[in-house]
Amino acid sequence: MRKALAVGRKELRQIARDRRTLLILVFVPAFFLLLYGYALNFDIRHVLLAVEDRDGTPQSRAVVSAFVNSGYFDLAASVYDPRAAERLLDLNDARAVLVIPEGLAREVGNGRTATVQVIISGDNANTATTVMGYASSILRTASSQVSPGAVTMAPPVTVEPRIWYNPELRSTLFLVPGLIAYISMITAVTSTALSIVREKEFGTMEQVRMAPIGTLSYVVGKTIPYFVIALASAALIILASMILFGLPMRGSWFALLVAVSLFLVGALGTGLLISTISDTQQIAFQLALLVSLLPTIMLSGFIFPISSMPRVLQLVTYVVPARYFLIALRGIVLKGSSLDTLWIPLAALVIYAAAMLSLASVRLAREHA
Amino acid sequence: MSETAIDVRHLTRRFGGFVAVDDLAFTVRRGEIFGFLGSNGAGKSTTIRMLCGLLKPTSGTALVGGVDVASDPEGVKQRIGYMSQKFSLYELLTVDQNIRFFAGIYGLNPQQLAERRRFVIEMAGLAGRETTLARDLAGGWRQRLALGCAILHQPAILFLDEPTGGVDPLSRRQFWRLIDALSSDGVTVLVTTHYLDEAERCHRVALIHAGKLAALGTTTEVKGIFKDRPIVEIRADQPVEAMRILDASPGVEKTSLFGTAVHAVLRGPSVTTEDVRTLLHDAGVSVDVVEPALPSLEDVFLDVVDRAGGAAA
Repeated sequence: MRKALAVGRKELRQIARDRRTLLILVFVPAFFLLLYGYALNFDIRHVLLAVEDRDGTPQSRAVVSAFVNSGYFDLAASVYDPRAAERLLDLNDARAVLVIPEGLAREVGNGRTATVQVIISGDNANTATTVMGYASSILRTASSQVSPGAVTMAPPVTVEPRIWYNPELRSTLFLVPGLIAYISMITAVTSTALSIVREKEFGTMEQVRMAPIGTLSYVVGKTIPYFVIALASAALIILASMILFGLPMRGSWFALLVAVSLFLVGALGTGLLISTISDTQQIAFQLALLVSLLPTIMLSGFIFPISSMPRVLQLVTYVVPARYFLIALRGIVLKGSSLDTLWIPLAALVIYAAAMLSLASVRLAREHA
Repeated sequence: MSETAIDVRHLTRRFGGFVAVDDLAFTVRRGEIFGFLGSNGAGKSTTIRMLCGLLKPTSGTALVGGVDVASDPEGVKQRIGYMSQKFSLYELLTVDQNIRFFAGIYGLNPQQLAERRRFVIEMAGLAGRETTLARDLAGGWRQRLALGCAILHQPAILFLDEPTGGVDPLSRRQFWRLIDALSSDGVTVLVTTHYLDEAERCHRVALIHAGKLAALGTTTEVKGIFKDRPIVEIRADQPVEAMRILDASPGVEKTSLFGTAVHAVLRGPSVTTEDVRTLLHDAGVSVDVVEPALPSLEDVFLDVVDRAGGAAA
């Protein structure tokens, strides 16, 4: 154990003197969080809206202001000619056009249904769908205001949706836990892998292996400093997410610590395994990115729901640790889940970490033979 | 401890179909400086790695400090020190931190550390530079610090793998004085080197070629292969032309170029210096000097490689 301590102390001193590594470990994660946190936002706001009001009545103006006051649409222009509206769409000066037909007020006054047209630029299908959703929901609200006296027959059965944990359906709340997983994974995997491969490159690895120090002491001494740093870095980005993006904390801090620690041990194990495969820092870095970046973004449920993936890919997601970490993390911070309800993903993280660490130890020990 | 520090028998290591070390056998006495010579890829490093317990022999045995390298590699590691040509130190740690780290992984207690630290700092001439980063040290100091870190735990046997590469002549001389001092304290030193002048400082040398032991003994003994084959050194205006003529002559076994001079190995004492001079003169090559030369280790080395190549061809 004293030998492991000697390795750990040396590692910390090296990191402290190696500004570049320190920077990568501490600031790059925070930078990533800011960058992705603000850029990765599926909520659509400030959609440029052109309005073609052919009615010009208080009722039609009420519809227009319902759109503008919703916060989702910004009034870009008022036009009186369909060709002008089309031109605005072509120039991208408007992303949607609201066309109110002449006679809206009259129709509504007579108790009939009037039709309003919303033209949406469909060059981005995702955005278009979302904008359409906003538009219909605004119109629903607006129509009740426009004809308060209208007698409507209530349908016998209605659906009244309630969305729990994230009632405003803010995509940030859903995405930030994914970011935390993604950033922690990359930091932990690359830093561990590089630190060991660097020793191979400089020849100090051989020197250490000539000494009577067991593989276990070496590995423990080598990973503990990175575990502490990765944990601190994860804490930093979790706190930043709470302050900057309003990520709630509905569960216990202890549960969070358990989940994050298990995930990080698995990530460090992965880095260790990579270091036993690669001989140069360059290869190690590329491997680290390959195994941490792509699966964590694509296959963890970070952005794309696992349930809508093809069967084969769904099977692959079972070996992506971020998948389980995300379930646990979202559960703890968004739903306030307790550890006992999360035992399945947590157990999966334990299995992943154990598998990585044993594979790495086997390979390290084999290098001795 | 017995008088034999390293005992190697039938040591063999294969990598797939390639035999890197082939049936090696030699012993090294306690306190001896044993030179291990051979060209790159001859099997020197593989042998050292086996002797240090890093690599398992395919067959054969090696006892290092009385411990079998195959069955107890960790026991071997306790008894040996190792320093490679890279002087593997941690660049971003200070002199003192490097010493503390290596003391730590060798399991020295605080009292031993204090004592050995003093010794190493003094030996390496690093007093006053304890807080200098290793990467800021000049070659000679780095080399001596690396040596110091390798002997912190006072090993009985020291392996030096090309320990003087890239170091200026003065530092090399200083380094060898340290090696001599260790040897007279009873430390056994096995050193590989490319510098044949350094090999001359070894008590005994082993020449290894293509994984096999090609010659073994004191430098004088090794040079004995030229006992019946005198060597003459020729200085001529056209050395290459001179070599061509000599190679064609029945009295000359072979020639090789040493700088601008030509060394010719003669077939037996019956051929004389005068014969060589006449031969060249008759062929129209103007000759400055022809004189008998003592065989150098380089002659031995080339001879060994030649014979192995000849046997293979």
